[in-house]
Amino acid sequence: MAMTRSRARALLLTPAGLWYAAMLLLPLAVVLIFSFGERSQIGGYAPGFTLEQYANLPARFAAFRNTLTLAPLGTLASLLIAYPLAYYLAVKVTPKWKTMLLVLVIVPFWTSILIRSYAWIFLLGGKGIPAFLAMFGLEDVRLLNTPFAVLVGIVYGYLPLMVFPIYVALEKLDKRLLEAAADLGTPPWRAFLQITLPLSMPGVLTGSMLVFILLMGEFLIPSILGGGKVFFVGNALVDLFLQSRNWPFGSAVAVGLVLVMLVTVGLYTRAAKRFGAGRDDAALM
Amino acid sequence: MRLYALAVYAFLYLPIAIIALFSFSAGRSASSMQGFSLSWYGRALNNPFVMEALWTSVKVAFLSACLATVVGTMAALALTGMKGRVRRVFDLAVQIAVMIPGIVIGIATLIALVTVFDLVNPWLEPLTGLKLSLGTGSLIGAHGLFTMSLVVLLVRGRMETLDPALIEASNDLGATPFGTFRQVTFPQILPAILAGFLLAFTFSFDDFIIAFFVAGAETTLPIYVFSSIRRGVTPEINAIGTMVMAASLIVLIGAQLMLRRSQARPRP
Repeated sequence: MAMTRSRARALLLTPAGLWYAAMLLLPLAVVLIFSFGERSQIGGYAPGFTLEQYANLPARFAAFRNTLTLAPLGTLASLLIAYPLAYYLAVKVTPKWKTMLLVLVIVPFWTSILIRSYAWIFLLGGKGIPAFLAMFGLEDVRLLNTPFAVLVGIVYGYLPLMVFPIYVALEKLDKRLLEAAADLGTPPWRAFLQITLPLSMPGVLTGSMLVFILLMGEFLIPSILGGGKVFFVGNALVDLFLQSRNWPFGSAVAVGLVLVMLVTVGLYTRAAKRFGAGRDDAALM
Repeated sequence: MRLYALAVYAFLYLPIAIIALFSFSAGRSASSMQGFSLSWYGRALNNPFVMEALWTSVKVAFLSACLATVVGTMAALALTGMKGRVRRVFDLAVQIAVMIPGIVIGIATLIALVTVFDLVNPWLEPLTGLKLSLGTGSLIGAHGLFTMSLVVLLVRGRMETLDPALIEASNDLGATPFGTFRQVTFPQILPAILAGFLLAFTFSFDDFIIAFFVAGAETTLPIYVFSSIRRGVTPEINAIGTMVMAASLIVLIGAQLMLRRSQARPRP
């Protein structure tokens, strides 16, 4: 029973370490290697070292453009809709109702995003909202299979993920600061802009990052609600790996996606820090 | 303000309610309500493809959640209070696993496994008659990788809030390290472990994108639903969707109660 502490630790860590090595690091290394390779005659991968795949990336420009417009737009729309709700939950609701209302926000997030996105086919399809609008004389409104439909799906899918961190930040806010501001004659809107908003920035930052990162890899929402007309990098990846089996080019697209994601997230974090957001509390997951 | 909140809740629940409502329709149309019946539930439950996909999903979710919980908890125990290079490497691995988009994890696992299998099979097959291929195993491995990282974060978070005085007291009273773990530490982190298990189960059960790449010839329930939607919406899919949502809801309420008991901050 004289097992040393460090040996016990090594034993405890070994299975997880092997798992990470075999199923995370090895696969990511393979993607990186393949992205410099060539396409073999039968599809798949042929060894080589070439930058051809990366040079070919502009062929998928539309997918990157769509992702890089709709992901930030979707993040912004989620933020604008989530903030007032988070504010309401953190500041206005009595404790008795708070827990229940919070759980109600989270519940949809943990149910299948596939089924939730699919529900919008009914609402946005011919017999849904367009039929409703037709009653007011707005004929022939097409919603399904448009960028708008994808945007609705995005906001619907990721709203809970945005509400929660903002709520946590607002909940921690010291209410006495607002009372002091009111006593000193500050109008409520200025108190909001100068106290509440800056102090909730860490939550805004965390929420936006979580939503943005998930959106960059999105495949389901554009494929269900975009009807093949609005496609993301995720859709291009599915096509390249499962249909046309162009693994080296697909790998280059995947590496490109991760790089674009890291750069955007890095720039965003720096910009947000300059805004005085302070430390970001990433302790959410 | 209250009206606004009400509108957002309506936005969140209306689509779910519509699916549930239409699933009770007696008619053949997926997008309208004609009478009331449970016939589509019967149809779904008697569809052998649905039941097979469901069985695969449950099997994968259960086994990957078990493995992820055990391995993740072990790692979390070792990592708590640890410093140095090993700790930094593990932190990085957890971060990468959580940060990299699921779709990239999916394709990476697909091409790595297919490449490895192509190398190994010509040797393995003549010797043992076995042939490695994508399927339940790769699904468990890929889902477990992500959910293990969630378990590490949850359990380590709980470990870090434990009162060290309790452990010292136990040691001073002559308990062996394992005795202290069993009687002091474990009961306190158990709710976090169980919550981790339930979250791992729901993630795996609901995941589409990773499974889409690594399932090989297997079909999980989300893959079945996705390919059915491609062919057109039917009331049967509404019934399946309603059942899946109800099941996730039950598991989640369980997880929430566990987390509440562990007094950790509720997490989404």
